[in-house]
Order: sequence, then structure tokens, then C-alpha cells
Amino acid sequence: LGHDIHFHDKKIALLEAGPRKDYDHMPDSYSNRVSSISPGSATLLSSFGAWDHVCSLRLKPFRRMQVWDACSEALIIFEKDDLDDMGYIVENDVIMSALTKQLDAVADRVEVFYSSRAVGYTWPLPSHSCDTSPWVQIELADGRRLHTKLLIGADGHNSIVRKEAEIKNIEHQYDQSAVVATLHLSEATDNNVAWQRFLPTGPIALLPLSDTASSLVWSTSHEHASELLAMDEESFVDSINSAFWSNINHSDFIDTAGAMFRSALSFLKPSGAAVRQLPPSVAKVDPESRAMFPLGMGHATEYVQHRVALIGDAAHRVHPLAGQGVNLGFGDIACLAHHLSAAAFNGSDLGSLKHLLKFETERQRHNVSLIAATDVLKRLYSTSLAPLVLLRTWGLQVTNSLPPVKVRI
Amino acid sequence: QLSLFRLTVKVPFRTSHSSVDSKEIKKFQLLAHKWWDEEGEYSALHSMNDIRVPFIRDTLLSMRSNYHPGNPLSGVKILDIGCGGGLLSEPLGRLGASVTGIDPLEDNIRTADRHKSFDPVLAKRIQYKSSSLEEIVEESMETFDVIVASEVVEHVADLETFIRCCSQVLKPEGSLFITTINRTQLSYVLGIVVAEKIMGIVPEGTHEWEKFVPPEELEHLLESNGFSVKTVNGMLYNPLSGSWSWTESTSLNYAVHAVKSGTLGQTDAPSETDMQQPLATAGTA
Repeated sequence: LGHDIHFHDKKIALLEAGPRKDYDHMPDSYSNRVSSISPGSATLLSSFGAWDHVCSLRLKPFRRMQVWDACSEALIIFEKDDLDDMGYIVENDVIMSALTKQLDAVADRVEVFYSSRAVGYTWPLPSHSCDTSPWVQIELADGRRLHTKLLIGADGHNSIVRKEAEIKNIEHQYDQSAVVATLHLSEATDNNVAWQRFLPTGPIALLPLSDTASSLVWSTSHEHASELLAMDEESFVDSINSAFWSNINHSDFIDTAGAMFRSALSFLKPSGAAVRQLPPSVAKVDPESRAMFPLGMGHATEYVQHRVALIGDAAHRVHPLAGQGVNLGFGDIACLAHHLSAAAFNGSDLGSLKHLLKFETERQRHNVSLIAATDVLKRLYSTSLAPLVLLRTWGLQVTNSLPPVKVRI
Repeated sequence: QLSLFRLTVKVPFRTSHSSVDSKEIKKFQLLAHKWWDEEGEYSALHSMNDIRVPFIRDTLLSMRSNYHPGNPLSGVKILDIGCGGGLLSEPLGRLGASVTGIDPLEDNIRTADRHKSFDPVLAKRIQYKSSSLEEIVEESMETFDVIVASEVVEHVADLETFIRCCSQVLKPEGSLFITTINRTQLSYVLGIVVAEKIMGIVPEGTHEWEKFVPPEELEHLLESNGFSVKTVNGMLYNPLSGSWSWTESTSLNYAVHAVKSGTLGQTDAPSETDMQQPLATAGTA
């Protein structure tokens, strides 16, 4: 918003709980928190000059994504026809640094309060016949007070803004945690493929960071996650390789059924067969890079209220299996910025529900289906029961041979 | 407190009644504090901003060469006649204009003043005065770049005096924007019966059909008082969505943009008015 031309005369304050993060060049080791950035999100970031900084720090584009089942031979491959990048794996710190640089560029309009915390919110009363200020008041931990026409809550899935605004949240804790780590591959390779295998305990994903390194995101039960963190590095690496390569979850029945279906499909649609690639094998893990965090799903019943808007994880929280969490957030930002810019050019009060509701409708329509689909996928793949495996095997095979559906995904 | 019939002898060529109608004033008195309830009695006026503000903004910008998109109307002096609670003054002020809002009803001005006081930027850009148009003519000859009279002319007692006074306080080549309601059978059925009595879109008794102004009459009065009418556009309100849109027909609501001629004392012969001039919409949702 600070870079938006219609916001030239507006004042924006950003409250950031963490310290300032600004890197001129990245440390040698990779951070274990990475995100898969979609081309749409990259476009947003480049619209205000942040993507250039990301590129000058470091990122890894990937061209292909192979997703397959541990219980059968079914797989699905995503890639763009024109050999364009499908997405980019970027460390979160890199994005933070790029954003910090661009915030500095509009420091006259945007004031960032690092390491700050809001301790109190006073909401305006809906009727306008009172004498108290109709704006939102925020009290900071250091005693300062701010008041604003519009408060945007971007404070994560445990959003305090959302709680204070008494917006109901539909949430569900998965009995899974995600284990992240930075891994080193056995041999250098082009490494421009993102790999994900659905195990009955949860999906394991390998996201490329460089020709020799990849980032691990392994969603599994809480107990298994703790075990993975506790075991020595060699055992950890073995578990990862075995997860990607072993076929113990296959059953003859499923394999046969899958093979039959596949030949039936190739009869109907000869071009549908895809080449199965083999994922790289892992040699070692970066010490100190293993970490875990619990997973859950959440969706706020409202994204907006008078003078309040929620974006990102504060509004919705998804399972990492689709790699979409942060991209949904970026989508929220692009949409809200668009509506606020138009409102500013119309001279509207920025906190007015009229345009905030437009943002909410647009994003809820987009987000709800994706969040629901992610949740369904998570549940569908959390089992090794034959009928469901068969269902998802066939489903995946069909989807893999239907280009229009794949493009939509 | 209510300004009644004022014999404004100071007006050089007319010693007659003012344009303010006291009966009209009484109607608005009761609702003076309801202006800023976006879902209340004035909700249709709030949503009218979605088309009238871009209309004013884009028309003015098309006549300006250098402006900043962050502050597009900076430096423009606007008079908002019949400003009510300031519903239109505030967005114009936010776009950078210096706005003077006048309204004969003091309670309206009080509401408007209080609402703008919470915003430090607006408080400086907008000035409100409880006054009729005639009262400010003396001290404001050729002061304003733009006059806005939105949903006002259907309430004035003497339209010709009103237009003449507008001309006096407007700079040469200044713009006059009017939105009002046509006097047709359709506007009686929809504008009075349905809007007021049945659906309550407009508080009952707000409008008198006899005082609605057909666009031809308005154009004629404008042209014979030194204005050149540039645009006439029909407006339509959709009660289901609560939103306004532009339309071809002027049989209900319509908007007019006229420009005061540059040379003094010149009356244009009624000219061809451009209908449906394409409006530049810059990214309005």
C-alpha cells in the first residue's frame, strides 16, 4: 500500500513483533523455513519492487511437481507446457529482507514499529451519534497510542485482532505436526522438481533449494515427529530416503487394480501417461536445522468488520500439503490493496464496510474451495484402507491424464 | 435558527424571495442526526457517492493537465450547496479539494462539523456554514472553481435565482454539477410512491413531485444564465443491491455538468448537449 500511487498522502503504521531483518547477502546455510511462491505471488511482489531483492538474494525456481501415493503406483505430474517456472522456493528470511528494503523506500508514508506489541484495542461504536472517536484505538506495550481508520489484522492463525474483534473462527487441530529440515543431496542435480509423496501418516515433501540442497517438510503424527527430531542424523536421513523409496505400503490388490485402470486410461487417452521420475536421495541433514510445529486448519467466519480486515493466516489456515498457505495470503493482499486503492481514489473512508465487504466476498469465494479441498485431500490420504486408496489412486490417475483439470489446479 | 423568507435586497438585479423553502427545511430537521448511519435513512445518498464522486473527479481531471493521483483535486475550491451532513463534502475533501459546505439547516451543519472533526486532515480542508446560497453571494463573488448541488434543486423555491447565484459565485469557466430528479409519470410512481411510501428508500415526504425538474427545463435555465451544458446522464438506483449506476434514460434521476462561460455577460444560444459522454472510470470497484 505504501507504494500505491493513490496512497501518496496517507499514513500507514506497521506493527511488527519481531526485530528488523535486513540482509545484504544470505548466510551460507539455508534457513529451514521456506515457502513455495506461486507465479501470481511473484507478480505481486514485483509490482512494488520486492521481487528484485528476492532474486538478488537467493531463490530456487522449479519446473515440475511430482506427487504420488505410497500405497499405489498412482502419480500426478504438474508442469507448465512452455517450460516456464511453476513456482519458486524461497526462504522466509529472504522475503522478509526484501520487504524490509521496500518498506524503507517508502519510510515517509509507512512507519514500522519493530519489536512492538499491541496490548489493547478500542473499537468504535457503530452508531455515529456519539462523541467518542469513531476510529480504532490501539494501545502499545510501550504506552504509545495509535488511532486509525482501518486496522488490518495480519497476525497469524492465533490472531489477537480477530479475537478482540470477536470474529468467530472455525478451527480444527490436525493430529499432525510438520517436521522441517535442510537436507543435502547425495549428488548434485538440476534439482528443479518439487517432490511430494503421500504416506499413510502424512505427506512428505522435498523442495529444491539449490543443486545440492533441498528443504524438507514432513507432516506426520505428533509422536513420529518427536521421534524424528530426537533420532541421530543418520537415522533421520535413512527415514527420509525410506519414506520416498520404499514400497511396503503397496498391496498386490491395489497394484493390480491400479495397473488395470492405467491401461484402460491409456487406451482412451494415449497421451495421458506421464514419465515417472525418481526423487533424489538424501545424504545428510544440516545440524540444528530440524524443527517441528503443529498443524491445523482454520477459517474465520468473517474477514471484515467496520474498520477491521483480516488477511493471511489470521483469516485462514491450511495444511502445508498443497504449499498454498502463503500464496493465499498474498492473494488476499493483492485483492485488499486493489479495493483500498480504488476506495482512496474515490475519496471514501478507508474503514468503510462497503469496499471491505467486496474484498471479503471475492476472497472467501476463492479461499473456501481451496481450503476445503486441501482438508479433504488431507483426510483422504491419511489412510491405507483399500477402498479409499483405490478411490484416490484412480482419481489421481484420471486427474493426471486430464490436462484441463491439471491446469486449473 | 430556521432561515425563513429573506428579502435579500443586496442581490443586484432581483429583490425577491430566496431559493430556500421553509417547508423543505422542516422535513430535514427531524433527520439531522441520521446522516452518517450508512445503513439508515440516508443509505441511498451514501451509495450515490459511488457514482457521483467519480463523475465529478473524472470530469475535473479531464480538464486539468497536471495533478497527482494521490491528491487529485488539490488546489480546487469547491462549494457544496445543500451539503446536509457532509456526505459529499468529505470524499471531495479526501481527494484534496478545499470544500465549503453550506446548508440552511443549522443542525445539519452541526452534524457535519462534528463528523469531520475526528479526521485532522478533513477538519482543515472542509469549512461548513449554516447559510443559504444568497447569503454568501456578496462575499464570494467568483470565488469557487466548482459548485456541486447534488439532490438540492428539487427542494429550492426559485430555481432561476438559484442558478443565477451559482453563476455569481463561480469563477469564469468554472464547473457546476447538479444531480436531481426528473418530473415524469415514472418518477412519480417509482420516485414517490415506491421509494417513499412502499419501500422506504427515501424518508416519506422528502420529495414533492411538482418540484421535480425535467432536464430540458434545467438545461434551458442554465443556458440562459451563462452556462454551457456539457453532459447530461441518467442515473438509476437498484434497491435490491443498494447501488447506483449510469443509464441512458433520464426519466428518473440524472446528473448534469455545465460550465460557466468565460466572457462575462454572454448568454449562449441553447446548444447541442452531449448525451452519454463516456466517463473515465479509474479502477472503481
